[in-house]
Amino acid sequence: MTDVTRLTLAEARDALQSKKLSATELTQAHLSAIEKARALNAYIVETPDQALAMAKASDEKLAKGQGGPLEGIPLGIKDLYATKGVHTQSCSHILDGFKPAYESTVTSQLWRDGAVMLGKLNMDEFAMGSSNETSYYGPVASPWLPKGRDGAWARQQLAGDKKGLLVPGGSSGGSAAAVAAHLCLGATASDTGGSIRQPAAFTGTVGIKPTYGRCSRWGMVAFASSLDQAGPIARTVRDCAIMLRSMAGHDPKDATSIDAPVPNYEESLGRSIKGKKIGIPKEYRVEGMSAEIEKLWSDGIAFLKAAGAEIVDISLPHTKTALPAYYIVAPAEASSNLARYDGVRYGLRVPGKDISDMYEKTRRAGFGSEVRRRIMIGTYVLSAGYYDAYYVRAQKIRTLIKRDFELAYAQGIDAILTPATPSAAFGIGEKGSADPVEMYLNDVFTVTVNMAGLPGIAVPAGLSADGLPLGLQLIGRPFDEETLFSIAGVIEEAAGRTVLPQAWW
Amino acid sequence: MSVDQATVRRIAHLARIAVSDEEVPHLQNELNAMLAFVEELSAVDVEGVEPMTSVIPMKMVWRKDAVTDHAGASTVVGNAPVSEDHFFTVPKVVE
Repeated sequence: MTDVTRLTLAEARDALQSKKLSATELTQAHLSAIEKARALNAYIVETPDQALAMAKASDEKLAKGQGGPLEGIPLGIKDLYATKGVHTQSCSHILDGFKPAYESTVTSQLWRDGAVMLGKLNMDEFAMGSSNETSYYGPVASPWLPKGRDGAWARQQLAGDKKGLLVPGGSSGGSAAAVAAHLCLGATASDTGGSIRQPAAFTGTVGIKPTYGRCSRWGMVAFASSLDQAGPIARTVRDCAIMLRSMAGHDPKDATSIDAPVPNYEESLGRSIKGKKIGIPKEYRVEGMSAEIEKLWSDGIAFLKAAGAEIVDISLPHTKTALPAYYIVAPAEASSNLARYDGVRYGLRVPGKDISDMYEKTRRAGFGSEVRRRIMIGTYVLSAGYYDAYYVRAQKIRTLIKRDFELAYAQGIDAILTPATPSAAFGIGEKGSADPVEMYLNDVFTVTVNMAGLPGIAVPAGLSADGLPLGLQLIGRPFDEETLFSIAGVIEEAAGRTVLPQAWW
Repeated sequence: MSVDQATVRRIAHLARIAVSDEEVPHLQNELNAMLAFVEELSAVDVEGVEPMTSVIPMKMVWRKDAVTDHAGASTVVGNAPVSEDHFFTVPKVVE
């Protein structure tokens, strides 16, 4: 076999099952690819010894004709998943040196099913960001190049400050870049306001944020607990379906995880979508939407029509309020969740003249500027005198946002089609330095889904004028990820699989 | 609504984050940019709307009040920056 890192997860699985390929060989190929791609900064920690030991165990199982649904499949893990004895810092300095004594539920289920861990992936600090630039470990470079630039130029930028190279999106930027650069067959990611779907759209990969409660959040470093949800990024819809089946499921350790059977999501691929009602929300046609995003959206509509789906215009009137309401709810929850980082039980400690001084100095040194800003806004909106005006009002608006979707689904809509992002990937250092809100606007199409707890998938559907990937988003009914996989599969097939960049790094 | 510099310092203290004098005006601008961004929410009619408490309807579950996965004191303090005899150590709190 030639370059085994070019296989999809499903192809690799089949090759392993039929013994055309060994898990050790597959893992070794990925470890070599990761080593050559260090300058992209997608992995912040490599775990080659653990990977090879896991691959060896998989080979033994496969030889006996045993093994789980992911037996021998090498994966990258976002740094916010607790991995026993391995660096877990949510890419923050405040968790300096933290090595958990336990494994997150999601990753333990991946290992249960036979997957192999390659290492920990870069991300925005505490998942707060849309470009992976807030990471304590520095930005990730996308494997995609800006128009008119070649590998020689890009390698030079990689060696310097990476300015002018493209962001992979965020917060799951390391996950998306690693998948797009063939540095793993799939990656875990997480999504609080768009952190799976936006980076997937920016890198020509597929990412699904399942329904709130579908995956256990136990052992994931918390950002905003009522919005956070785990999910995979992979190169195909099928690969995401395979991964989600292993990641999902009830966990008594997370009271918000749902006790419902996990379907075999892969079986929903190839199912007919004839007669499915697809809602097109007029509020997503935002002012100043670029012609290429408009075209992408209408191409998506045409693909689904051609497959026999019925297109229905719908209205989700509170769409516009979702992003501002999110920037109250998410920071409020973050300020509460991140109160635990005080230099006492784990992570960084900066000495002070008394305990309060120690807290303040530790948190000043340990959190980056975006995280500090969000903690402060969250503290403000929860403080006496402002709680009702900001926080309670935002939670009421959240009720209205969810009601919009419920009304649409009550009319018989099966799924909603929107663009995933307002634009293609932008350059490192290009956005958000003067005004934080500029960066937040990236999540305008994805954040509604978190506010309503619904499942959403981003699937590549075309290229921009500059040759960069663009994604469409499908929003589903609660716990109906299967319909999303069926429809996303149709878009993927109609648009043609994205041709990912050749290695220039 | 917008915040003044005294409020920025008060919030920073509530959040237990040290701020230097030079940082205050910059933080004030950033926080006010965020507050301006969320300002439009005050125009939304929320009369009679219940604030969301759970995004997906869920039945709260009970578990037995029992030791589940006690890992031992050494493990519990294993990640502490400073510890002594299985205790977390902090600067003196009570005089």
